Amino acid sequence: MKIHEYQAKARLREYGIKTPEGVPCYTVDEAVAGAEKLGGNFWVVKAQIHAGGRGKAGGVLLAKSLEEVREHATTLFGKILITPQTGPQGQEVRRLYIESGVDIAQELYVGVVVDRSRRCVTFMGSSEGGTEIEEVAASTPEKIHKIFVDPASGMRENEAREMCVNMGVPAQAVDSATGFMMALYTAFVEEDASLAEINPLVVTGAGEVVALDAKINFDDNASFRHPLWQELRDTDEEDANEVEADKVGLNFISLDGSIGCLVNGAGLAMATMDIIKLYGGSPANFLDVGGGANAEQVTAAFKIMLKSDQVKAIMVNIFGGIMRCDVIADGIVQAAKEVQLNIPLIVRLEGTNVKQGRQILSDSGIQLITATTMSDAAEKAVKAVAQQ
Amino acid sequence: MSILINKDSRVVTQGITGKTGAFHTKHSIDYAFGKQAYVAGVTPGKAGQEVEGVPVYDSVKEAKAQTGCNVSVIYVPPPFAAAAIDEAVEAGIGLVICITEGIPVRDMIQSSDKLRHSDTILVGPNCPGVITPDELKIGIMPGYIHKKGNIGVVSRSGTLTYEVVHQLTELGMGQSTCVGIGGDPVNGLKHLDVMKMFNDDPETEGVVLCGEIGGSDEEECAAWIAENMSKPVVGFIAGVTAPPGKRMGHAGAIISGGKGTADEKIAALQAAGVHVTENPSDIGTLMKSVMG
Repeated sequence: MKIHEYQAKARLREYGIKTPEGVPCYTVDEAVAGAEKLGGNFWVVKAQIHAGGRGKAGGVLLAKSLEEVREHATTLFGKILITPQTGPQGQEVRRLYIESGVDIAQELYVGVVVDRSRRCVTFMGSSEGGTEIEEVAASTPEKIHKIFVDPASGMRENEAREMCVNMGVPAQAVDSATGFMMALYTAFVEEDASLAEINPLVVTGAGEVVALDAKINFDDNASFRHPLWQELRDTDEEDANEVEADKVGLNFISLDGSIGCLVNGAGLAMATMDIIKLYGGSPANFLDVGGGANAEQVTAAFKIMLKSDQVKAIMVNIFGGIMRCDVIADGIVQAAKEVQLNIPLIVRLEGTNVKQGRQILSDSGIQLITATTMSDAAEKAVKAVAQQ
Repeated sequence: MSILINKDSRVVTQGITGKTGAFHTKHSIDYAFGKQAYVAGVTPGKAGQEVEGVPVYDSVKEAKAQTGCNVSVIYVPPPFAAAAIDEAVEAGIGLVICITEGIPVRDMIQSSDKLRHSDTILVGPNCPGVITPDELKIGIMPGYIHKKGNIGVVSRSGTLTYEVVHQLTELGMGQSTCVGIGGDPVNGLKHLDVMKMFNDDPETEGVVLCGEIGGSDEEECAAWIAENMSKPVVGFIAGVTAPPGKRMGHAGAIISGGKGTADEKIAALQAAGVHVTENPSDIGTLMKSVMG
């Protein structure tokens, strides 16, 4: 789960991490009032969208007067920001964050991830603040310093200090920077983050260490112990179909192809998308109905897929294990009748109770194309789209 | 021979009194030598009960003392599953198979650290389990699609593994053992560990490796295969069409920072001499042609 920069900074302040003073706002007037309240003589007007790369896309603007704050806020509200992370359709700006300007002496990069091979939290630091870490990794990998944190002991002060020195933090700021690293580790663990990126982390003219930007993603699996996440979630930033699918317990991801897919199991769902492409078609979505899908869920899934005019056929691929084919066949028949399906439906069932499942489908009277293997189904789905 | 489990394994189900634990224990008992293998169940506070004729104990330690169980399978809900793994490790259980999906990564990092300092092997979490056909089924896979034989299967996915097994069985190729290592970013055995076991298992003559986007397990396994593997390997990687930055169902199936793409994994496997197909329908036939 992703959250906004201003929310991430609020979480980090709970752990003693310094950030610039700021005010989140939803209207131009709120933005101006916010800047006035912050005081000072320069501000940063920052678009709040979940994607990174806002600065280069024109989503972060400097203002040297309240008039400029008003001007920038007017420009940014409703603007579609297109960054490498939003995709070509971009993301509309609905929230702004007004921050006091900071006197920057040095910009650094700090990122925190989970190293899957080593099974530990990993800190990455670099002197190249403001640059994407992938670029630094590609061009000057020697500038990236790492700490693989021992899960039993947690972050040790000496290793945090050593990394700060290696990153080129000036001597008078090393204590503060070390404290920042320790606090960031605690925050990462206690907040159940899956990723944290402070880019840039700055050393100010006065030698303070301040998180100028902050990005935090949460581990969805830990939502049960973070009731606050419900408040932090901004569904405006998510795909509407994905939000709707989530409500009925379906794992759905929108893609831009023409063949809707309904599959049980994540791996098989990906493989189904892949085989559609292999036969020259394009998948409209990823959909894993899980191990216990019922008729209501299948109906909901059909409805979500059919919302897009781009979808010209639906391919169902079920390998019944615990989920029996007769149960899913009932669900398909019920769903197809309820949504009055008028595009080709290709169904491939295999596994537990497959004979009963196929019988239910053929007795139902609904128009559908049956397939025996994944190849067969994909070929038929692609052909059905081509014939339209 | 087989790897990890056989008819002589003695199994304790952690979370046996829950709906999922009871259901799958029943089906596992009904499969091959399941009745003799499933000797104990654990649910704290429910000692003295029986589920499917299996006695329930309060702790894994107690279950082990009473029954000599040496494999644990976990169906405990996500908030408590990592603690269940820790309990099995502390009781000295040799093999722990965790089926539970949805365990926080933070919990798995802590449990992995305890595992590292123990002799316990973990399979999963978020996996279908392990099956040695005609001997023992530990997990949620449909037993009847399997057939005893010489092909090892290792996979991060559930239903995709059933698809592969079904293809193999239909073509007359049985399986030595099928291992679902799970779809989480922090897990126990990885492709590489299972590949080594298959290489050492005299009964296994070929291996199917199913991977997917995210992480670098497949690349690490490929590097080992290139240097050490003495048996043919057929590979398939799911997620060629997956967009970056999106979690594709499995918590671990995500391309982040441009890393963990299917193309990279396919290239690494091919470079290691693995027979890779991009068609998930052709995995069985490819294995057939490779085995001659």
